[in-house]
Formats: sequence, structure tokens, C-alpha cells
Amino acid sequence: MSDLTERVAEFLAAHDPTTTDRWEFLRARFDAGLARINWPVGLGGLGLDPGEQGAVDAAFVAAGAPDNRPALGVIGLGMAAPTILRHGDEDQKRRWMRPLWTGEEIWCQLFSEPGSGSDLASLSTRAVPDGDEWVVNGQKVWTSLAHLARWAILVTRTDPAVPKHQGLTYFVLDMTAPGVEVRPLRQLTGESEFNEVFLTDVRIPDSQRLGAVGEGWAVSQTTLMSERVSIGGGRIPRGGMLEPLIRTWRDRPELRTAGLHDQLLELWVEAESARLASTRLKQQIAAGRPGPEGSAAKLAYADLNQRITALELQVLAGDGLRYEDSAGHRYLRARANSIEGGTSEILRNIVAERVLGLPGEIRTDKDVPWKDLPR
Amino acid sequence: MSQQTVPVDPAIPDLLESDVERDLRATVRNLLDKRAAWPDVLARTESDELVDTALWAALCEIGCAGLAVPVEAGGAGASWAEAAVVAEELGRAVAPVPFLGHAMAVAALSHLGDTELLPALAAGERSGALAVPFATAPGQFPRSLDGTVLGIADAVTAEVLLVLDAAGSLRVLEATEVERTPVVSLDMTRPLTDLRVEPGAGRLLADGPAAAAAVEHALRIGAVLLAAEQIGVAGRVLEMTVEYLNTRRQFARLIGSYQGLKHRVADLWVALTQARAVARYAAVCAATDASDLPVAAALAQARCSPVAQHAAEECVQLHGGIGFTWEHPAHLYLKRAVSAGIALGGPDRHRAALADLLDLPGPTDPAPMR
Repeated sequence: MSDLTERVAEFLAAHDPTTTDRWEFLRARFDAGLARINWPVGLGGLGLDPGEQGAVDAAFVAAGAPDNRPALGVIGLGMAAPTILRHGDEDQKRRWMRPLWTGEEIWCQLFSEPGSGSDLASLSTRAVPDGDEWVVNGQKVWTSLAHLARWAILVTRTDPAVPKHQGLTYFVLDMTAPGVEVRPLRQLTGESEFNEVFLTDVRIPDSQRLGAVGEGWAVSQTTLMSERVSIGGGRIPRGGMLEPLIRTWRDRPELRTAGLHDQLLELWVEAESARLASTRLKQQIAAGRPGPEGSAAKLAYADLNQRITALELQVLAGDGLRYEDSAGHRYLRARANSIEGGTSEILRNIVAERVLGLPGEIRTDKDVPWKDLPR
Repeated sequence: MSQQTVPVDPAIPDLLESDVERDLRATVRNLLDKRAAWPDVLARTESDELVDTALWAALCEIGCAGLAVPVEAGGAGASWAEAAVVAEELGRAVAPVPFLGHAMAVAALSHLGDTELLPALAAGERSGALAVPFATAPGQFPRSLDGTVLGIADAVTAEVLLVLDAAGSLRVLEATEVERTPVVSLDMTRPLTDLRVEPGAGRLLADGPAAAAAVEHALRIGAVLLAAEQIGVAGRVLEMTVEYLNTRRQFARLIGSYQGLKHRVADLWVALTQARAVARYAAVCAATDASDLPVAAALAQARCSPVAQHAAEECVQLHGGIGFTWEHPAHLYLKRAVSAGIALGGPDRHRAALADLLDLPGPTDPAPMR
């Protein structure tokens, strides 16, 4: 640790964050291996245990260092990066990892389709080889950040004649390529966090393929597992999820009823339990005993957040009816928590099958070529 | 209610099991597998000797009677975290031994710094019980106003009893000095006893605030150990249920392939994962005497009680008809879980304690509609 502290101090002495250009500073931090210490040497990291990353980040924040726009980097950092590190070749890693981490290049994820949500492997976006390139046609949906993204991780069908899980191939798509059209999708909150993405004769060089042809399902599993860990994880302070509700509760005694009181306490107990459970999960992972609790954490947080935001509206009573108050927005947005990143129903299946060892769902599509499946 | 200050956002300690704890768990489980397999436990519920004193003696031999007591005071020199490991294993087996009541007596004596009685109890040479009604919540304990205490757990075979008298003093009595009446209890693996004590009998241990603090501490340690026991119960019934779903066929399918059942056990597992972390946090707080212990103990009971009870109820339901029979062990666990969910306060009282500790007050007057 002292060695790492020294490295950080030396770096900050050599690159004064108050006078250095934002991107220059972040690129230098990446090159010094201080971006994510557990990433490989030469790719933003030092190959160390991730346990000390929090201390490194805190030291940079304390020094007034620029951040890498983490809100815009959620897909890149949380999903694209682990997938590229695991499945990309050296050229791909060198090309994409640095601007991904610095936040200069935003990423999005082209997985879901109008006809393929939970049944991701049934997707129908086609990629056909043409020389050193692939020609892609199809439509994707629920794509966060697509309107800002420079790159996308993309799963396509490359062989319709084999069963659905076997005919997929994974690419990195240049979002500025001709034929890529992004249309905002308005959601029930009235906002447009998500987009539809239309792909018409889009050409992707074969050098932008991640993993072998036909191995797209295995590659996408890396992405999905990383997504669930990042959604279910996060350092939350005690009572953090309940914070807006607790503030209202303390400030406005006239809103309190006995029934709401008990509901509030129940949710506090569950939120604190979920927090301790996810901490224990992180300790397990750090101790080299990764567990399947990532899906459980995502499941629990979705349910909790929905119940907390619903109770907040009840507590606010008349004030909750005023939509300009953000409680209404929190309630509506929380409806997505049990759908985005894997529905709670699919996650329950994962827990039941992979953790508890119960039989899989009865599958009629497993051995049928994709082209023969009813659609 | 407690006047102690608790930290707003305490650092979370290591919640993983140590190697020493893993070894202890294996030793206890091995012993219980041999000596307290469920058919034996079931048979004992129909016998005259509900408590397995021979098994208790065997547990005492490996140091379980005084795990949290220093070696020089007669104990095993470990901590309440190791005691929680034992409690969890005893819950898994619904073992009929007076571990919990004895541990609460040890906790009270340790808190008082007693040197006269503690060594014998900690060494397991004598067995003790804290004679308060088993449903008593920390901070809400009643005094014995007329010398009668109803519904005490683990007192059937206790050789010494710690009784809180009408004056609020804690007195210690030999079993020969009290009149014990056994009660047919809902949980036959943890029999209850009514007690009559002559006012003024026995030796004065502590009075006033010192006595109250010792009893409150003992009840809190009891809540922590009970949470661990509930994890043992919940873990075992979930295993049993999953095993059944993986063996039982209906409509030419394993019933575990039905999503309606899969999702129920998945939800149980998620809840158990949380309850396990909470119980472990409480045990570590007890082991380190952390200032957050009052919150941790109340949190553990508020979360683990309903999870254990629900898991046991689901175990009965998902076993179908066989789950409702006497010959299947599910009812032993159900009875233990539902009794434990009332013991030492119940989730509602622990939530009320949390409201106080966390400054989340309830309504002062009935709130009018706005």
C-alpha cells in the first residue's frame, strides 16, 4: 500500500491537476497504471488486487484531479472494458481501453432487440461476411447513451442454420459508421434515456470482432455478468437508499403515521441487510472466493428501490402528487429496475438453476436451427 | 431503551469466516451428525427427557459452554463470534441442548465481572440459565413481582438460575431452591419451564442499574446467538426443500423445473444471503463489543426471525402432503423457527428498538389526513 501511495503522490507531483489539461492528465494517469490498478500493466493498471482502488481514487479526488465522467462511462467501464480485456486481442485492447477509461470515448451496448429481450440468444440482427468486412442489418432497442456513444458492443447472428446460441458473433461497432441511425425512445417517465438503433448495411472491419466467429454467446456472458455485478454493487452508506425518505420523515412529523412508520423500519432493515450482504459478497470476491451472489444483489436492490420509492410517495401524500417533486420521478424510474440488465424473473431462474442446482426450464428451442424457430 | 450512542455509518468489519471458525463448525457438525440426527431429535420430543444432557456434556467438553470467556476465567478464550458458529450448527440440527440459555447466563455473569460462579459455568462444569420469560425483548424485561417467572427457556436441566426479583435485583439460586413446572412448549426441542421462587431466596448478585445492564446485555447476546441459530434453521430447511424439488416428480417432470416453485426458493435464497450477512455482522459486533451492537442485534432479529420462519413454512408447503406429517422433520424446524421468532422480542419490538436507535420516531399523535 505504501508503495502505491508513493506512486500516486509522485504522479500528482509530476502532473499538477490544477494546471494540466483534463484529457492530458487522464491519459497520463492511465499510462502510469493508476486508472484501475487491477487492470494489466500497460493497459491502465498494475495487475494488483482491486482492494486499494478506493484509496487511489480518494487520493486523486482529494488532489482535485479531473474525473473520467463516470456517469457517461457506465457501459464502457462496467461492460465493454471487462469484455475487451477478456476477449480482445492486443491491438484491440491498445486501441480502445485508454479513451474508454479517460471518458473521451463513450460506449453503448447493442444487445436487446424488439423481438429479443430476456431471450437474448434469439436475436435476429444479421452480420454477413464480405471480404475483410461484415455487413450488418437489424434493429436494436433500449440502448442507453447511443446518442452520445462513439463505440458500441454488438451481438449479431452470423449463422442462422445452427441452433440459436451457436450462431452468434460479437463485434465492436463504430457508431459514426454510415448506416447507423439512432432514434430516442421516450419512456414512461417522459424522458429519453434509451434509444432505438437502426443498422442498415453497416460495414464492420473483421479486426473489430471480439472472440471467434460463432462464439458471440460466450463473449456476451462476460458482458452480462459484469453488468449485474456493477448494478448490484456500489459502495452505499448506511441508510443511503432511504436517504430522501428519511430526510422527509425527520423533517416533517405531521406526515408520520403508525403504519408508515413500521413500513419505513421494515425497509430500513432490508436495505441495511442488502448492504451488508453486498459488502460480504465483495469481501468474498476479494478473498478469491467469487460467489453467484451478484444476481441476488441485483434482484434485491431492484425490489428494494421499488418499494422505497413507492413508500416515499405514500409518506409525501399530497406533495407526492406534484410531479415536479422528484419523488414521483424516482417512483416511475424505479419500475425499470426489475427489467433493465436482466429481468428479476430471469435472475430468479439464474439463482434457482446455477446456485441451487434446480432443473433448467423446459427448452423446445435448444437443438433447432435458428432459422426454423417460430417467430 | 438504550441510551448508548451508536455510530451513524460504522465501518463494516470482515464478515467472512476464519479458518478457526471453519474448523470449529466442522467439529460441531460432525458431533451433531453422529449424536443428533433428526430421527433421534424427533424421538426425544416424545420421551421424558426432552433435553439431551449427554450431548450437552459432549459440547461442553469441546469448550462450547464458555467460548466467549477468557481462559483464566474458566472459558475457552474465543469470542461470541465462535459461539455464533456453534449456535448456527445447533440450529441446523434443531439440537435439544440448553446452549442459548446457558450462554445468556454466562453473558450476564461476564458483564458483572463475577468470579465466583462464572468459572464453573464457563467450563461447563455446571449449567445455568437466565430466568426471564423467553419472549422478553432486550430493554423490556419484566421483574418477577410475586416470585413467579413463566416460560423460561433452557431451565429444565439448569443447575443454577439467575432471577430478577421484585426489587430489580439479580439473584442466583441453586436448582434445589426453586420450584420448576415443565410446560408443554410449541417447540419441543427447546422446552419451557415455569418457575416459583421464594422472595429473598438465593444469593444477591447485583442490584439496581448494574443488574438491569447485565440482563440487557445477556438478552442482546442472546439475540445475536438466536439470529445465528435462525440462519442454521433457514439454511437447513432450504437445503431440504431444494433436495425434495430435485427428487419429486409430478406430471412426468421434476417439480423443481416449475418456475412457480423455482422462484420461491430463489427468493428464499436471496433473503437467506442477506440474513446470513446480518447475523454475521451482529456476531462480529458482539465479539468486538462494538458500539453498534445494539443496532446490530436488533437488526439481526428483525431480519433473521422472519426469514427463518418463512423458510420453514415454505419447507412444509413445498413438500406437499409429506411436509405436513409427523414423520418428516420439517415440523421440528417450523416449530423451532416460529418459537425463535417470538423469543427475545420478535421482529416488531426489534424494529421499535431500531426506531429509537436510528432516530426514526413514530407519530406523536394520530396523524390527521392532510
